[in-house]
Amino acid sequence: MDEESWHKMRIILSSTSMKKICLLISCVLLFCTFILSIALGQTSISLESIYQAFFHFNDANTEHVIIRTSRLTRAIIAAVVGASLAIAGALMRALTRNPLAAPDILGINAGAIFFIVSAITLFSIDSLMSYMWIAFLGAGIAGAMVFFLGSLGRDGLTPIKIVLAGAAITALFVSFTQGLLVIDEQGLQSVLFWLAGSVSGRSIDMLLPVLPFILVATIVSIVMGRSINVLQSGDDIAKGLGQRTIITKIMLGIIIIVLAGSSVAVAGSIGFIGLIVPHIAIGLVGSDFRWIIPYSAVIGATLLLLADLAARFIIMPLEMPIGVMTALIGAPFFIYIARKGLAKNA
Amino acid sequence: MTIRTKSDRISFQIALKTCLITLILSLLLALLMILGLSAGSDFIHPWIVIQELFGYGSGDYNFVLHTLRLPRVLMALLVGAALGVAGLILQGIIRNPLAAPDIIGVTSGASVGAIVFIVYFMGAVSIQFLPLAAIIGATIVSFIIYLLSWKKGVTPIRMVLIGIGISALAKAMVTMLLVISNVAATTKAYLWLTGSLYGANMQDVYLLLPWVLVLLPLTFVMARIVNVKELGDDIAIGLGVKVQIYRLFFLLISVMLAGSAVAFAGGIAFVGLVAPHMSRMLVGRSFAALIPVTAIIGGIIVIAADIVARIAFLPKDLPTGVFTAAIGAPFFIYLLFKTRNQ
Amino acid sequence: MKNVLKAHDLSVYYGENKILENLNLQIPEGKITVLVGANGCGKSTLLRTFARLIKPKAGQIFLEDDVIQKIPTKDIAKRLAILPQGPVAPEGLTVLQLIKQGRYPHQSWLKQWSNEDEKIVNKALEVTQMTDFVDRSVDALSGGQRQRAWIAMTLAQKTDLILLDEPTTYLDMAHQIEILDLLYDLNVEENRTVVMVLHDLNLACRYAHHIVAVRDKQIYAQGKPEEVVTMEMVQNVFRMNCTIIKDPIFGTPLCVPHGKGRKVGR
Repeated sequence: MDEESWHKMRIILSSTSMKKICLLISCVLLFCTFILSIALGQTSISLESIYQAFFHFNDANTEHVIIRTSRLTRAIIAAVVGASLAIAGALMRALTRNPLAAPDILGINAGAIFFIVSAITLFSIDSLMSYMWIAFLGAGIAGAMVFFLGSLGRDGLTPIKIVLAGAAITALFVSFTQGLLVIDEQGLQSVLFWLAGSVSGRSIDMLLPVLPFILVATIVSIVMGRSINVLQSGDDIAKGLGQRTIITKIMLGIIIIVLAGSSVAVAGSIGFIGLIVPHIAIGLVGSDFRWIIPYSAVIGATLLLLADLAARFIIMPLEMPIGVMTALIGAPFFIYIARKGLAKNA
Repeated sequence: MTIRTKSDRISFQIALKTCLITLILSLLLALLMILGLSAGSDFIHPWIVIQELFGYGSGDYNFVLHTLRLPRVLMALLVGAALGVAGLILQGIIRNPLAAPDIIGVTSGASVGAIVFIVYFMGAVSIQFLPLAAIIGATIVSFIIYLLSWKKGVTPIRMVLIGIGISALAKAMVTMLLVISNVAATTKAYLWLTGSLYGANMQDVYLLLPWVLVLLPLTFVMARIVNVKELGDDIAIGLGVKVQIYRLFFLLISVMLAGSAVAFAGGIAFVGLVAPHMSRMLVGRSFAALIPVTAIIGGIIVIAADIVARIAFLPKDLPTGVFTAAIGAPFFIYLLFKTRNQ
Repeated sequence: MKNVLKAHDLSVYYGENKILENLNLQIPEGKITVLVGANGCGKSTLLRTFARLIKPKAGQIFLEDDVIQKIPTKDIAKRLAILPQGPVAPEGLTVLQLIKQGRYPHQSWLKQWSNEDEKIVNKALEVTQMTDFVDRSVDALSGGQRQRAWIAMTLAQKTDLILLDEPTTYLDMAHQIEILDLLYDLNVEENRTVVMVLHDLNLACRYAHHIVAVRDKQIYAQGKPEEVVTMEMVQNVFRMNCTIIKDPIFGTPLCVPHGKGRKVGR
């Protein structure tokens, strides 16, 4: 968005103290949603049981077991993945200075998925650590391809070109992925649910390898907040102010790949979080990335937890893949943005 | 080269270079088609193929040739031509070389229609109606996208964005349906989604043929208008083009071409994106010249992909769509890399 | 003096904002008319409304004596040509291909390239001195050459009226004069009516027979530059103090803005 649009948007929280308070409130909301996520589902669990499960664990009690094994894991994964995707989206937006940039739109998720599926079907790779690194590789290559494709031509990297390039590269990788799955029919069924995006049915071991990466990436991105702000004014101005723009951009790129790649490795393809959440965050706190990133993390975690909750109930007793849920919420939002012309600079 | 009647009432221009290129490409196409008829689990010598086609053969290969392979090769040709030109039109209307038929929701809409059919109706209703379901899906979704893009007129950018959003929604619905369906349906669905010419018969060819035979010449006749529209809305209006009406008109043609192709062949990817680029490299920007060349190149890509799909992993018969992407994408990237400094 | 283009009680909106209100303006035939005004005053909007690119909320545009909304758009294109600001040609389009598009309003499905088409395109190439550039790619030309190519396209339209929206913006001085001289010649030799928006007041004074100053949703003043461009006008329209002197070569008003700068020799 150009400068004018930034200023014209209503910034609901204008003072720093208001921002701090709201962040605190959001964290509380996140916590509540987290607890709800553990409590609700096919079996409803009372709050007291939850308390007991944490502090007076009794492994004979089925409820406690459910809480500790599946529900807790699920909630943690949803929160972490939601936060990661949201931050990745915010950073992509910063890097491309384009409100339409998000990991799913720009092909990064599709690339990561293709590489993982290739690893499973072609090379029979099984280890979780490997998935993670393969996801990074896939995300990186896809991202690079989209940038390259979108920059061709005399007018360089315009927003609409990068979106179209993203669509093309996504189509490419999705097509290859589908091809692989058709060749290997057994692989298809097992991978299908994960492909569609899922935070359930996983053990905490799946999250642990990527967790340090995500944590480090998040911390670095928060610390880089001021540099990101400077970058928003444009390459030339940033350089004029003494910033090493190339290094900043590379670092942002790496963080995005780590966050998006990790999310895909753990939870498959979940879309739209990276697109919507930064939008909401910016609407709340304006264009200061020192605030946008923490807000995006919290809102993203909350949103994905809520989506997961909804996914449990909508087609009960079956469960909807969470990727479908985020698409159902996210796409109308995206269309609304497109019509409103907030993406007018595209 | 200019053709003019004496009284100057009728006049045309034909570029000699384009004619030459079209001729060469047609030859290539014919060769490829013969190869397509030869290749397969039973390799039939090309010379025998030619004999059989013209009625001189022994009739031994009748079944394989006429019932199995000929429809498939013809279908590949029609599908490739239709998708290629659909992409060409779209790139002209949206004024962006990266536009592809999926953006207007054709492929994702057809997917919804087809998957709904496969999951819910496949037992009850004959498989013959699958293409119909796909076309209905494609039409409805394209309609929705156009409506949503309408805000006192449709701008290309808005259409692209909304197309991406609706396609995502459609894909989510498809995924949902796949998740709740049984294994057999899922496999068949995935096959369709990837794009396959398996089981193509002459009936299907005859169903697709009128679409292509009518729409391609129609586009050709209207080619001048696209040339003007490519200069931008303001200039086009200044030159007297009714921009909104023609935009809708060309979009409809593109949807019909792509929709009918996808209905019969599934979600074959990349032909609509890549074929126009290749033809542009050969014959430049004149739209009238681009149409036949793109159609032929589109046909070449799909036929080639189908040949590879049939013999690469013998005895398995792989879906063609895997290889249109496999052939199309690297070529595309190579092309763009080559032209990056222009 | 016949009036070839007329705006009557024109009100134009951009979204919710009123840009022009109850505006009346008559464009004299066979002359060069230049619209001037501060940034965002609505001069471009006015020109585009004249060219029927924008639909007015109220009021009418008359092309000769017909209401422009009632005339089929292709017919308008035979009488009026518009060159918008900053046109972009598709990559790889050649100069010849571009200029040929200008013949669109005169062509039909059967008549795609008549003798007349060919003659007119060649003439347009000659007049703009682009004959040597026919096979060059439009995007590979310099700014001045590119603008000449676009003007050649509008010339190929063979209209009596040519409207241009800031045809000289982003061009260097030599190219600006090149374009304006070309338009001047067209007006003198072929009696074409030229209406353009220029942001350079001094160039406007030099070339315009009729200057129109737009301010505050209305016409502030119009007439011969010598009569219209005064210190007061510049102050009111451009919010700038200046001294008006006579151009040493052309005798037309030359506006020297006040403000800071080195004072040499005084």
